Amino acid sequence: MTAALSARGLSKRYGKTTALDAVDLEVAAGELVGLLGPNGAGKSTLVKIACGLVRPTAGDVRVAGATAGSRAARASTGYLAELFRFPGWARAEEVLALHQRLARSDGGAAEREALLARVGLEGEGGRRVETMSKGMQQRLGIAQALIGDPRLVLLDEPTSALDPGGRRTVRDLLVGLRDQGVGVLLNSHLLSEIELVCDRVVIIDGGRVVTEGRPEDLTAPGGVEVETSEGVRRLPDARREDVPRIVRELVAGGAEVYGVSVISGTLEDAYLAAVVGRDG
Amino acid sequence: MSDAITIAAHALREAVRRRVLLVVALLTAAFLGLYALAAFEAFASLERTSGGFIPIDERALAGGTLLGLAMFVALFLGVVLAIFLTLGAVRGDAERGLLQPLVVRPVGRTTLLIGRLLAASAVCAPYVVIVFLVATLITQAAGDFTPASLVVPAAGLALGVITVVAISLLGSTLLGTTANGIAIFMVFATGLAAGLLGQIGDALAVDSLTTASSIVSWIVPFEALYQNGLHALTADIDGAAGVIVQLGPFGGASNIGAAIWPWAVAWSAAVLALAALAFRRRDL
Repeated sequence: MTAALSARGLSKRYGKTTALDAVDLEVAAGELVGLLGPNGAGKSTLVKIACGLVRPTAGDVRVAGATAGSRAARASTGYLAELFRFPGWARAEEVLALHQRLARSDGGAAEREALLARVGLEGEGGRRVETMSKGMQQRLGIAQALIGDPRLVLLDEPTSALDPGGRRTVRDLLVGLRDQGVGVLLNSHLLSEIELVCDRVVIIDGGRVVTEGRPEDLTAPGGVEVETSEGVRRLPDARREDVPRIVRELVAGGAEVYGVSVISGTLEDAYLAAVVGRDG
Repeated sequence: MSDAITIAAHALREAVRRRVLLVVALLTAAFLGLYALAAFEAFASLERTSGGFIPIDERALAGGTLLGLAMFVALFLGVVLAIFLTLGAVRGDAERGLLQPLVVRPVGRTTLLIGRLLAASAVCAPYVVIVFLVATLITQAAGDFTPASLVVPAAGLALGVITVVAISLLGSTLLGTTANGIAIFMVFATGLAAGLLGQIGDALAVDSLTTASSIVSWIVPFEALYQNGLHALTADIDGAAGVIVQLGPFGGASNIGAAIWPWAVAWSAAVLALAALAFRRRDL
């Protein structure tokens, strides 16, 4: 099956500055990939190349098999920029209707209503953008990105202005997209969001991919914590499969066990190890 | 083409919703009111003071000068409108984050520019024609003065502002909003100054000035179209009145010739093509 996004040897230079250096990345259909990295790592540049806003210096980037930036590729892409704005005078309905026309979507009013409901803006179609909160505008931006059933959705910091409820809505929406077979590349600084929803994580730094893998593979085990009558003990080298033996030994030794927790490392630990450890 | 029309309709809706057109209509009405007052007063004054030593068609002198002034103001206001409708079309909108959601759609960047050109032209060209025609009607009502030609000045104004729209769009791909606005106003002022210098050159028979003015007129064809229009406006005023009108700032001493029409169209198309090339190469 054709990948939603495929980048091979992707490089981008701005004068003497290298923003991306021989990056390989793939987002399969129905896969949710999180893109992590410090500021200036090249994440936004990568996303912008994928949607045709920026031209690569070298490499091959394809969206659903079409060269990135081509008309066919753009017809298959939904994009929410990190810094975007819709005209303040326009109503939510008008913004979506304009993008429907440009995306050649024949979904009409039904699609607009469904998208507004999907991002939690039901009944707000007649509202002007200038009267919307930043979070509402971000939801509208996500609705706009989903017009025309794109095969690849590129989201650059889509939850930065959202409250916890809004983030939950977006998480559910992302899972729904994955279930529909849409490839999603999610660029975010919110590691917890990425850890919760992404199938795979790619960490880039200095324009290069420094590590990638499934969140559970990137997060190292953090030991086992046992609460006994003598207090809480932490066994940093223990693993989940050691728990029955640990409990047996403690009980045999006369201790009373009240609780056991298997501690796993976080994506933040993995991220810092990949980025800070590399820098250090 | 339907995408260009969609973009043009979006830009026009913005102009209406942001009350740009309302403000322009109100201020233009104020200008035309002042113009009517001046025209009626001027012709009434002629009635009271007619009969001097030199035989002169004072009605034609006043009518030609007043309509020349109206034509200049129509061009100026049309150029202001053209610049403000387009000065941030590319870099300005990109810096504000308005452009990116549109550019990622399966619409060519050239189509986006054509849409903006259509929208601004659809406002500015009819605007200058209407202002000029209303001023002509006022002049006729005030002093029974009819210009030698209506079509050439009106068409010259319309095509002139379209050339300014094209330059402004090109500037918007290269410069930020403020810099582009300043640059296009300076280009406009340079064109007008060159036209005035050409008239001085004609009057004083200084060939170098006339040649320089003519070259500038071809480089920025709105000036040549304006000069042609002025010339056509007063072409049938002869005698002493004709000489005075031709020497005045609104007289139009030079007729660039009919070649300016296809040149201005080709020039606008070439400028738009350059803008499209610059836009295609720009990372957003």
